[in-house]
Amino acid sequence: MSHAAAATHDHAAAHDHGPTSFWTKYIFSQDHKIIGIQFMLMSFLFMILGGFLAMMVRWQLAYPDSAVPMASLFPKGVLEEGHITPPVYNQLFTMHGTIMIFFVIIPMLTGAFGNYLIPLMIGARDMAFPKLNMLSYWVFIPAGIIMLYSFFVPQGPAAAGWTNYPPLSYDPQWTGVGKGQTLWLVALLISGTSSIMGSLNYITTIVNMRAPGMSFFRLPLSIWALFVTAILQMMATPVLASALGMLLLDKTLGTHFFAPTGGGQVILWQHVFWFYSHPAVYIMILPAMGFASDVIATFARKPIFGYKAMAYSMMGIAGLGFIVWGHHMFQSGMNPTLGTAFMMSTMLIAVPSAIKTFNWLGTIWRGNIQFTTAMLNGLAFVAMFIIGGLSGIFMANAPVDLYIHDTYFIVAHLHYVLFGGSMFGIFAAVYYWFPKMFGRRMNEAVGKIHFTLTFIFYNMTFFPMHFIGAGGMMRRIYDPTQYEFLKKWQPMNVFISHSAFMLGASQLIFMALFVYSMFKGKKADRNPWHANSLEWVADSPPPHGNFDQIPTVHRGPYEYSSPETKEDYYPQNAPSALPAGAPARVH
Amino acid sequence: MSDWLPQVASTYGPRIDNLFYIVLYLTGGSFIITEALLLYFAVRYRYRPDRRAHYTHGNSTLEVVWTIVPAVVLVILTVMSKSAWDEVKHTWPESDVNLVITASQFNWEVRYPGADGKPDTADDVILNNEMHVPVGKPIRIQLRSKDVIHSFFLPNMRLKQDAVPGLTIPVWFEATRTGDFEIACAELCGFGHYTMHGVLTVHSLEEYKTWLEEAMKSAAPAPDAAASEGPA
Repeated sequence: MSHAAAATHDHAAAHDHGPTSFWTKYIFSQDHKIIGIQFMLMSFLFMILGGFLAMMVRWQLAYPDSAVPMASLFPKGVLEEGHITPPVYNQLFTMHGTIMIFFVIIPMLTGAFGNYLIPLMIGARDMAFPKLNMLSYWVFIPAGIIMLYSFFVPQGPAAAGWTNYPPLSYDPQWTGVGKGQTLWLVALLISGTSSIMGSLNYITTIVNMRAPGMSFFRLPLSIWALFVTAILQMMATPVLASALGMLLLDKTLGTHFFAPTGGGQVILWQHVFWFYSHPAVYIMILPAMGFASDVIATFARKPIFGYKAMAYSMMGIAGLGFIVWGHHMFQSGMNPTLGTAFMMSTMLIAVPSAIKTFNWLGTIWRGNIQFTTAMLNGLAFVAMFIIGGLSGIFMANAPVDLYIHDTYFIVAHLHYVLFGGSMFGIFAAVYYWFPKMFGRRMNEAVGKIHFTLTFIFYNMTFFPMHFIGAGGMMRRIYDPTQYEFLKKWQPMNVFISHSAFMLGASQLIFMALFVYSMFKGKKADRNPWHANSLEWVADSPPPHGNFDQIPTVHRGPYEYSSPETKEDYYPQNAPSALPAGAPARVH
Repeated sequence: MSDWLPQVASTYGPRIDNLFYIVLYLTGGSFIITEALLLYFAVRYRYRPDRRAHYTHGNSTLEVVWTIVPAVVLVILTVMSKSAWDEVKHTWPESDVNLVITASQFNWEVRYPGADGKPDTADDVILNNEMHVPVGKPIRIQLRSKDVIHSFFLPNMRLKQDAVPGLTIPVWFEATRTGDFEIACAELCGFGHYTMHGVLTVHSLEEYKTWLEEAMKSAAPAPDAAASEGPA
């Protein structure tokens, strides 16, 4: 009886502070789920812009002498007689990188899924600090607005690459860009503030608000990944903020942190920037690793192979991630003695990645694999991450990096990690958690068409970049046909661009499917995939406060095909299926 | 496969290429094995309604093996690579050819010391986006930049070094074959980045001497005039 009474009370508690008006419920919401969805929709909008910029870059590389199709549709002054000009080209790839990294991948992984999943998967009603959570979203918005606004100021947005190296980024005479360059710094400072707020909240929530019985080693790997990511983000983002702050002071108040004419050090920016931005690479991949792990275990109907090794290797990646930044700087003029040390640490960071890959393979080995769209994207994540991880060894190797640094080999590598890795991870997560988020299913057949096209055109776009990179083609050049030694690669550049256009077009299917399913998809029940973790205990979509009653956790999240149960899944909160007194076999 | 990389023309180039191919075989092998397993498992263990997945949480021995093996391989690779790195970065061979190259938007200024043997004096030979060196001799370059960061890239020599304002960075190479090669900028340096394009001509020793004598003769009276004559 007391149990039932507690449940009733709990139930009431879950609902009595639920907001009722449209504004407090969907706009200025403190509900982690709404905030997560807000981050997600916003990231998708930015992805359209970021993708469009990439298409423009690819047009220029394939057809440096031809006018852009439908040039009349562009705002006046952007194109010159229909052509992309060299300064505009620099802005295109600068803003493509900036937007995809800071306004798509990071907010999607941490802002959207971090927010959505953490309370649900640990069995909490919300984040530890719901108001801070709301603030982190509403601080992120002005960052996005300022970044967008920079497209409309005289001379346009930033053009010094997403790495924004001074002195190029420092003085308008070098880039030809005035305010846009400053707005870039301001926007990132603000978005960094949002990240710091979010990560503090995630860490506090995971440490303090786990449901009864949810020990750290019963957390789903998505949560482990988001936890480690939040720690990285909390420690690294302030360093980026200080770099941005110093450069902003240089630009506006005439300090000389990075200006050699005033005794500043140009290379200092690179150290501080990469001290953040290398961990940021892991911020952009670790959550995807977590999501892929959950998706793969669920659809292989098998426990994660080497669960603890998976958790420890994420910690290893995070720890080593702070001492590898120098591999971006092998030819920067940094003391060459440091090169050897950075080469060693960078090589070693491949080890935890290898461990994770083998464990994913171990997880599908002798499974009973259901090829849902989510699973296909999850497996593609592994397959592509293998390529991105292995190609990283080339640049970890300092002498080889001397040659391939700043070539398309790097572009290939980073897209294998960030698109092949992060984006397939994001797609897997979207297809997997969509029924929970919106209470509706995404159409599997359409999803598989989207997956297949994306997978094929993605590889056709990015794999050949390894070849032209090995051929020596530099990044960020406006017209590769200017160089004799690159002439033979031009047909491949054309091929890549055509593939990229198809890749971009394929995403229209995804967008249509996503929007359609939000409103018209088939209704989903609580646990459509027969998964174990706690979010599937809640209603689809979960109400304010998530759970009817806070679940008690009895086991880890990956007890699939356990001999204790008849079903091939064994929810974390389900009471033991064994007769009383029988020895439990679960971990 | 061997025609991916541009023709190699420096002494340390083949060492770098060898490392590239060692890494390629190593990663290529790992790629094939892991992707083949992934594909095989995916097909072999595809869903069957009457089958139940194998219930296991892992294997500690396997875990140790696949931690240690990559770690050992990668440490060995690092140690193997160190000597090539040291050769490129930590040696500074004696040389008769000492150049100063100054990058600026969007130009490579190549400066040969004149008769006095000292750079930055009135009798320097100054070329723009054009560089002449003898084959088989170490070439020492002091790399500088006037404005932003550029990156001095000789694809055929496998040489790439940022030119950083405020610093003078020493680099060297030794060409192994004569001919014309390209100079490029590998670090984004502004809207004309792609135009920082020059020609490196590697001469035989005699040819080089003749060229240098000629150049010094014409440079001596009016160094500024020589600078503006270089092909832009």
